[in-house]
Amino acid sequence: MERIIFYILSIIIVVFAGLSVVNRNIMRSIIYLLFVLLAFAGLYFMMEFNFLGAVQMTVYAGGIIVLYINSIMLVERINSPLDVAKLWRRILAGVISVAGAIMALFAIWSYDFTEVGDESSITIQDVGKSVLNYGEHGYILPFEVISMLLLAAMVGAIVIAKTKKRNAN
Amino acid sequence: MILGVSIYEILTVSTLVFFIGVYGFVTRKNLIAMLMSVELILNSAALNFVVINKYLFPGNLEGAIFSIFIIAVAAAETALALAIIINLYRRVMSLNTDELETMKY
Repeated sequence: MERIIFYILSIIIVVFAGLSVVNRNIMRSIIYLLFVLLAFAGLYFMMEFNFLGAVQMTVYAGGIIVLYINSIMLVERINSPLDVAKLWRRILAGVISVAGAIMALFAIWSYDFTEVGDESSITIQDVGKSVLNYGEHGYILPFEVISMLLLAAMVGAIVIAKTKKRNAN
Repeated sequence: MILGVSIYEILTVSTLVFFIGVYGFVTRKNLIAMLMSVELILNSAALNFVVINKYLFPGNLEGAIFSIFIIAVAAAETALALAIIINLYRRVMSLNTDELETMKY
């Protein structure tokens, strides 16, 4: 059962990732990206990282996609299709990607992973205690650094996007 | 771990998504579309962290917390990059990479 669901999710991920990369309508390709992110959240839920799946769904599928859609509607002409690259460039990119994928897959499948079959599930309490802990396996310092980074990014985004009105020229 | 699914299959999925993102990053000519390909790459990296945490080091939390940090950094990066893109569109009235020749004013 889990295997079937995993394969369905993987097919959704790969197919919609490919569609979002090649589709010429940018609104459609952002919606395909939304499907990919939701399927990733499904994989996290299947691996019982519930908090991570919830973060993926709220921050990525909820926040970032809405940010993209807003800026696309501000900036882009939605009905005009995107430019495509030249044919030789697409072929070159395809060859590079396929070669890289084959190389990485060869490295992965030839490496002998020793899987540890432990069925201990990780709860949200564990994640919270680990993030706010300053002892061993505690991540309070990166957590604070990330909060400062988010604040700086927010202020920077406001300052950059809010320019003076364009002159009359 | 997911019942009946080995680590190799999940790593295969993340590898495929990574290289689809690389293909999109090279072939797209629109800045926002290029940024979407970067999102695919970041997601496959986060999935790698989670999978290796779950299958090889269960009981630890490093991979999951690192993935949360990856998501936070991706949110910051997206907000900033879209702000830059909107500002650039105001100046150049285009998002095509061929027409964005100057970043200075």
